[in-house]
Amino acid sequence: MGVLLIAEHDNTSLNAATARAMSAALAISKDVHILVAGNGCSSVAVEAGKLEGAAKVLLAEAPHLENHLAEELAALTEPLAKQYEAVLAPATSVSKNFMPRLAALLDVAQVSEITAVKSPDTFERPIYAGNAIQSVQSSDAIKIITVRTTTFEAVEEGGSASVEKIDAPASVGLSDFIGEELSSSDRPELAAARVVVSGGRALGSKENFVKYIEPLAEQLNAAVGASRAAVDAGYVSNDYQVGQTGKVVAPELYIAVGISGAIQHLAGMKDSKVIVAINKDEEAPIFQIADYGLVGDLFEILPKLQSELSKSSG
Amino acid sequence: MKILVPVKRVVDFNVKIRVKADGTGVDLANVKMSMNPFDEIAIEEAIRLKEAGKAEEIIAVSIGPQKAQETIRTALAMGADRGILIKCDDEVEPLAVAKLLKGVVDAEKPDIVILGKQAIDDDSNQTGQMLSALLGWPQGTFASKLELDGGKARVTREIDGGLQTILLNMPCIITTDLRLNEPRYASLPNIMKAKKKPLDEKTAEDYGVDITPRLKVLETVEPATREAGEILATPEDLVEKLKTQAGVI
Ligand SMILES: Cc1cc2nc3c(=O)[nH]c(=O)nc-3n(C[C@H](O)[C@H](O)[C@H](O)COP(=O)(O)OP(=O)(O)OC[C@H]3O[C@@H](n4cnc5c(N)ncnc54)[C@H](O)[C@@H]3O)c2cc1C
Repeated sequence: MGVLLIAEHDNTSLNAATARAMSAALAISKDVHILVAGNGCSSVAVEAGKLEGAAKVLLAEAPHLENHLAEELAALTEPLAKQYEAVLAPATSVSKNFMPRLAALLDVAQVSEITAVKSPDTFERPIYAGNAIQSVQSSDAIKIITVRTTTFEAVEEGGSASVEKIDAPASVGLSDFIGEELSSSDRPELAAARVVVSGGRALGSKENFVKYIEPLAEQLNAAVGASRAAVDAGYVSNDYQVGQTGKVVAPELYIAVGISGAIQHLAGMKDSKVIVAINKDEEAPIFQIADYGLVGDLFEILPKLQSELSKSSG
Repeated sequence: MKILVPVKRVVDFNVKIRVKADGTGVDLANVKMSMNPFDEIAIEEAIRLKEAGKAEEIIAVSIGPQKAQETIRTALAMGADRGILIKCDDEVEPLAVAKLLKGVVDAEKPDIVILGKQAIDDDSNQTGQMLSALLGWPQGTFASKLELDGGKARVTREIDGGLQTILLNMPCIITTDLRLNEPRYASLPNIMKAKKKPLDEKTAEDYGVDITPRLKVLETVEPATREAGEILATPEDLVEKLKTQAGVI
């Protein structure tokens, strides 16, 4: 029956999360088709076809698919899904929005944010902010699954799947896209970065965040992240939030600066390879999961750390 | 205008849960339970719409054990007008919850349903979207701003890259994100008043919904734990360790 994998993209390029979700798809079936839905996105389809293991790429283009509105994506994928044993998508804000809608249209459950495929119908997923891991077996004829991409390796390039254009149904017309305010940054993308430097409430202001976190991130070629408290206080925008209800990251190196280490924050970063915590409170819970800790005032430590880093790289 | 707000009774967000040693689940005996934080935000948003004169009635509905009526009472104390408890003793999966809520919507005919974007116990993030599908309504998920104007809902959504704004036909489904508002605390007089507000009890059968789970939980285990590492004396030590021991810079 095969698997349909939904590509994550911005109509211009394929998001790296797709190559990771591909690993999960291949663990279910060797027959994986990739759906690229959008507008003017044929170059994305070509990119998707290069993913190792892709058997075919389906390309659906229409003006009403451009902004990935849930109503439109669910209407597009409902008839397609019936030809597969499973539909997978990387757990991004697009798929979290439309996949449950698709599942309900098909009258099946969704298995959210799987972290392992144990067999084609049995999956692991975290619950309670990652403080418990559940193995669930699905009895549904079509499995609707979102994939937590941090735990799956990206497949290599090397495929040469053909691209087949498919028709998009007419717009369901329930909602309209008005606009987007996207953060622009020269830093690597948070979800995919090799190093992440995150700042918490302790930074105290937007100015301090820029003054202390940004240059360190630049030095390490790192993405910038934040705790909920830092986002709520307006130091950075919502897309920086790491945690249970923000982004989940697992970089090689995660540096938590002035972050206490609440359960909800840990849920988003505790699978990082190496964790560094900088906090003035030696009792802060973040130290319980950190590989290396510095206890002290971040406003003194960070400038010193930067000069040490430039010494050692120079 | 009528607003329906589903609320879920979950383990309090401050509790560090324990997994049962025999792998059968999470130990919920004697654990503090509260309203799911995202649902508090949903109730708050509904109350603000009522205070702004845009809504007349707020109905809070919970699906869960008898004790979930405490959660409904909390919603009533915050400012909801009446409650409905659909009594279910076992865990109900999001699809079945959505079907029950559809039953409530068919009976009550609200103009908006505002839900939390996810429950902090199962972290599924599905119910609102599923309810939208079953009703054929548009959905504004992960909302950080909601404006009702000219018979439409203008929703600002938190997405991976930043913020997105969409315009929805009414009736519609909204799911809340953290920055939509800051929920109020119920005052003591309001807690007392809430005890007298109407609270109906129903069962799944009343809505003709089959709530048999589709997923079988085979096992629940502890995640891999991390050991605390070492506290270093200086930034210089840290750079040294990251280079030579960890090899990450
Ligand atoms: C439903 C829900 C969802 C949530 N989702 C998330 C989520 O996704 N992500 C998330 O991060 N949080 C989330 N939270 C919030 C979480 O519970 C914490 O409130 C939050 O993570 C705290 O942020 P913080 O560590 O920056 O702030 P605080 O807990 O206030 O910690 C600040 C830390 O900085 C230290 N400090 C202060 N001054 C200095 C200094 N000069 N130098 C060094 N250290 C200093 C303090 O010792 C303290 O440890 C959620 C909460 C709820 C209820």
